[in-house]
Formats: sequence, structure tokens, C-alpha cells
Amino acid sequence: MRLKINRQELVSGGLMLLIGIGTVIGSLNYDIRTLARMGPGYFPLGLGALLIVIGALILVTPSTEIDEDLGRNKGKPQYRAWAFVVLGMILFAVLGHYAGLVPATFALVLVSALGDRSNSLKAALALALGITVMAVAIFHYGLQMQFPLFVWG
Amino acid sequence: MELLDNVILGFSTALSLQNLTYSFLGVFIGNLIGVLPGIGALAAISMLLPITYGLDPAGALMMLAGLYYGTTYGGAITSILLNLPGTASHAVVCLDGNPMARQGRAGAALFIAMIGSFIGATVGIILIMLFSPLLVEVAFQFGPAEYFALMLLGLLAASTLTTGSALKGVAMVLIGLILGVIGTDVNTGVARFTFNVPELQDGLSLIALAMGLFGVADVLGSVNRLGIGAAVIESKISMRTLRLGKGEFKQSSGAIARGSGIGSFFGLLPGTGGTLASFISYALEKKMAKDPRRFGRGAIEGVAGPESANSSAVQTAFIPTLTLGIPGDAVMALMLGALMIHNIQPGPQLMSEHPTVFWGLIGSFWVGNALLLILNIPLIGVWVRLLSVPYRLIYPAVLFFICIGVYSANNNLFDVWIVLLVGAFGYMVSRLDFEPAPLLLGFVLGPMVEENFRRALLLSRGDMMVFFSRPISGTCMVIAILMIAVVAYKRVRGTPPPVTAD
Repeated sequence: MRLKINRQELVSGGLMLLIGIGTVIGSLNYDIRTLARMGPGYFPLGLGALLIVIGALILVTPSTEIDEDLGRNKGKPQYRAWAFVVLGMILFAVLGHYAGLVPATFALVLVSALGDRSNSLKAALALALGITVMAVAIFHYGLQMQFPLFVWG
Repeated sequence: MELLDNVILGFSTALSLQNLTYSFLGVFIGNLIGVLPGIGALAAISMLLPITYGLDPAGALMMLAGLYYGTTYGGAITSILLNLPGTASHAVVCLDGNPMARQGRAGAALFIAMIGSFIGATVGIILIMLFSPLLVEVAFQFGPAEYFALMLLGLLAASTLTTGSALKGVAMVLIGLILGVIGTDVNTGVARFTFNVPELQDGLSLIALAMGLFGVADVLGSVNRLGIGAAVIESKISMRTLRLGKGEFKQSSGAIARGSGIGSFFGLLPGTGGTLASFISYALEKKMAKDPRRFGRGAIEGVAGPESANSSAVQTAFIPTLTLGIPGDAVMALMLGALMIHNIQPGPQLMSEHPTVFWGLIGSFWVGNALLLILNIPLIGVWVRLLSVPYRLIYPAVLFFICIGVYSANNNLFDVWIVLLVGAFGYMVSRLDFEPAPLLLGFVLGPMVEENFRRALLLSRGDMMVFFSRPISGTCMVIAILMIAVVAYKRVRGTPPPVTAD
């Protein structure tokens, strides 16, 4: 009998194994103790071990289920879109800390909008400006959120 | 007539001007967001959860429940008009709703979907009113073993009955449970898996996790793909097209009745919810039809049945959530999280300790559904026009709302990093055909599962038989084991048989 393992199942099973092993190693830092008096490490150790078993099962049994509506998550990798979305969010977190709400919002919207190839620079700038104005109006003045508009120095 | 008093209390709470406003806001915003392709109920609720912090608990929950219906119905509009199901439960509505729309009968399809949802929801709400008090009586006798067994059953059902691979569903639940461990252990005070990060002492934030899994991951999956906007909907939707044909009314009323029954039943079961109910309702309608070939080509029962099933399941799913404190699916898990944020402990005591919240919420269910109906008949045209806003302009705004939403929960940018990491992870695993919803359910239930597991075994001095020797937990455990057996059998049978059996 030939076991056919496709690449996707290999990665899936491997990923689960990794997370399982990580959890097991992590829980060994805590007290395990007995079933009657469980320490803080007992439950995560059990979960990690179970996840290792599941990961191994994904690796060795062929996948029989047909994906029905998960199809929209497939398709060609969109490296440009992913990079811009992730970069935009990183900018929000960093600028939010060092520069304030206005620059953070503007950067997030501008950069993430450029991830879509059909957005022109002009459209992205306009969108960023619009959302920033709305953010200041709604969240700063409207909801009185504790987030300084600008941080100096 | 205690029930009648409670129902009156419920409606008087729900109909107070303040709560009515929250309910209306929830339904309206939900509808608006739900129509946008690529944003489902989970993303919408997690995005708006922080806004409800300032409200009183009853108002907050009513707004969230309204959001849920609003997005659910908005999702049906997008499914019917654009053939883009936002959630799995709407995949079925596309099958006949979209052909109807392409035949110029979008109005009729939307109308029947709306009426179907409303009737389905009403049936579900009546069941909640009748059965919740009974279930609460039973729930008071539950010990840790019962709670553990019931949650185990719910988690298994949620992970194995979804579309896609059961093994992967279980893996997602396990990861959710593991993420739930992060933070301070309540029994010993030991900080677990916090990597010395002070922000992790209280555990991962539910909102950050939900927004990452359903917001950021959705955006990552849809950018550059959901380009098509209004091009598909050229036909105008006037009030005239809302009219049904003569026979259609009769056909769909039967389908609505059957769908409501199916939905009510499946909503009650932990871990199942609307998706399964709508699939089963569709299959039943197809089987019962005189001419099954009409299905897939614009059969009105194919829209009416599944929509009613979905919406009555949505309602009855609240029964275990509110009476036992055990959410059946990811949306219910978020609702439960919202309750806990307002310092209300969900469980059997909810009904007696917070009667205004409990009955007010149930009253608001009906008010919310009625509002949805009133709101939608005149607004269908507006929603349709909204569909012409291209996704490339929507998603940057969505990202902003996600970031500001997680920030506002704790006034802390740390959660923005968590959202980003979780979103990237969620998208990666969904490309590998894992479903992210069971992860969230595992995360919310995790601490409760551990607590009850530890307590049950402490009381029994480490004897595992405690889960099998009591009738309710024993039954749950047996069903859970059967479920595993069925999945294992299917998996084994699915392997290609060896050519030579030597």
C-alpha cells in the first residue's frame, strides 16, 4: 500500500506537531503532580500530548474530506497584499506608541490600501485622509478615547 | 403564570426607549456591515464589542444580539445578490437565491429570506421562553463532572461537525484550549506561558483573538480577490419585484415551517448551530419537492427553508449559552465573553440573579428581529447600492476599526501585536484547510474545562470513572466517544484499500 501524503497535509501535521511539542516542553516548567491533585502543568501537558497525537494522525492518514467552501482562502499567494497589510498594522502599533493616533491611522490606511494593486497612490491618500479625519472626530472627540492625537518627542 | 410575568418583564425591558435604541443600532450597524462582502458576524461582533463596554449589561447584550441578526441577514443579501457567502451557513442560500436574483427575482428571494428568518426566529424565541426555565432547574444539579462532560461534547461536536476535516477541527479546539491556559492559574497563582510579559498575566484578550482570527485573517484572504462590486447587480430592485408568485407562497410556507423545526432542534445541540441546520433543511426540501430538478435553478423553497432553519437555530443556540454558560459556537462564545466583561457570571443562576438581563435579552431578540424586518423592506435598495463600494476601499477601513477596537479594550497597543500575530496564524491555517471557529470556542471554554476537570478529579480522588458513573455526564461521555468512533471509522474507511491483502 502506498501512502500518498500531499504537501499541504505534511505542513498541517508538522505544524500541529510543533505546537504540541512546544506546549509539552513549556508545561514541564510547571508542577505536574497527580491526577487527584493536578499542578498547573498537568492540563497543558495533556493538551500538548493530545495535539502531538492529532498532528501525527494528520500526517499518517490520508485526507478524505473534500473542502467545500474553504476555496475562497486558496488561490494564488498575494505576497504584495499580505506584506502591505502586515506592514500597515506594524506601523500602527509603532507609530501609535511614538507618534500618536493621527500618524498611526494615516500610515495604517495608506500603506494597507496600497496592498491592492487597483488602488492608486492618490486614492490611497484620499482614503487615508478621510479615515483619519473620521477617526479623530469619532474616537477622539466623540468617544473621548485615551489615545493622544500627536506625541511629541 | 410566572412565565407570563417574565415575558412581560422581558418586553418591558426591551421596549424601554434606551434599550430599543441599542437594539436598533445593533441591527442597523450589523445589517450595514453584514452586507459588505468578506465581513461575517464574528468579525462584526468582535469589532464592535469594545464599544459596548460603556453600556449597561442588558443594553450591551441587546446591541450585540442585534448586531448578530443584522450581520446574519446582511450576509444573506450578499449571498443572494453576489453569490458571495460571508459565512458557511449562507453557502446554502446562494444555491437557489443567486439563480433567482439572476432571473430578475432578487426582490422575491430577499423578501422570502426575510420572512423565513423572522418566522424561524419567532419559533426559536418561543422555545427559549418555554425551555430555559426547565433547563435551569436541571442545571442546578450539575456538578463539575457534568459540566466537563457537556463541554467536551460541545467542543467535539463543534470540531467534528463543521465542514472540512474533523481531525483538523479537533486540532483547532486543542490550540484554543492551549491559548486559554496562558495567564495566571486560578488554583495556584502560577503564571503560565506568559514569557514574562506583564500584559499576558491576565491571559490573551478575547477580542484580540477574535479580531485576528476573523478580521485580519479575512482581510488577508480577500485583498486583491474581492474586486468585483456592483457589476453583477444591474437589475433594479423595486417594490414590484418583491411580489411572490401564487404557488410560491404555499411552497415556501411549508418550507419555512419545516426549516424552523429543523433549526430549533439543531440549535439546541451544543456545537452545531446554523450551518448544519441550513444544510439539512435544504436537503429535506429537495427530497420533498415534486420536481427536485428545480433546485439550484431558483427554487424558492431552497431559499425559504434554509434561511428559517438558520435563524431559528441562531435563537435556540442561546438556550445552552444562557442557562448553562456553555456556548455552542464561536458567536455564542463571544456573547458569553461580553457577559463576563460586564461581571455577569453566565450559568443557571443568571436567570434568578439578573432577571432583567435574561428576560430583557429574550424580549430584545424578538424586537431585534421585528426591527430587522421593518428596516429591511424599505432599505433593500440601499443595501444593494452599498454593494457597489469596492472591497479595495473597504478593507483599509476594516483594518483601522480592528486596530482601534483592540486598543480601546485596554488602552494598550500590545493587543495590536497580538491581533497581527493571531491574524497571520489564522490565515495560514485556513489556507491549510483548518477552520478557525473551533479555536475561539476552545479558547473561551478552556479555563472552564480545566477548572471543572480538576475539581471533578479532586472530588473523586483521581478516579476517572467519576465522568461515567453519573447519568448526565455518563450519557455525554458515551455520545462523545461514539462521535470519535464515527470520525475514526470514516477516516479508516476512506483510505484506499490495499491491492493485495497479504
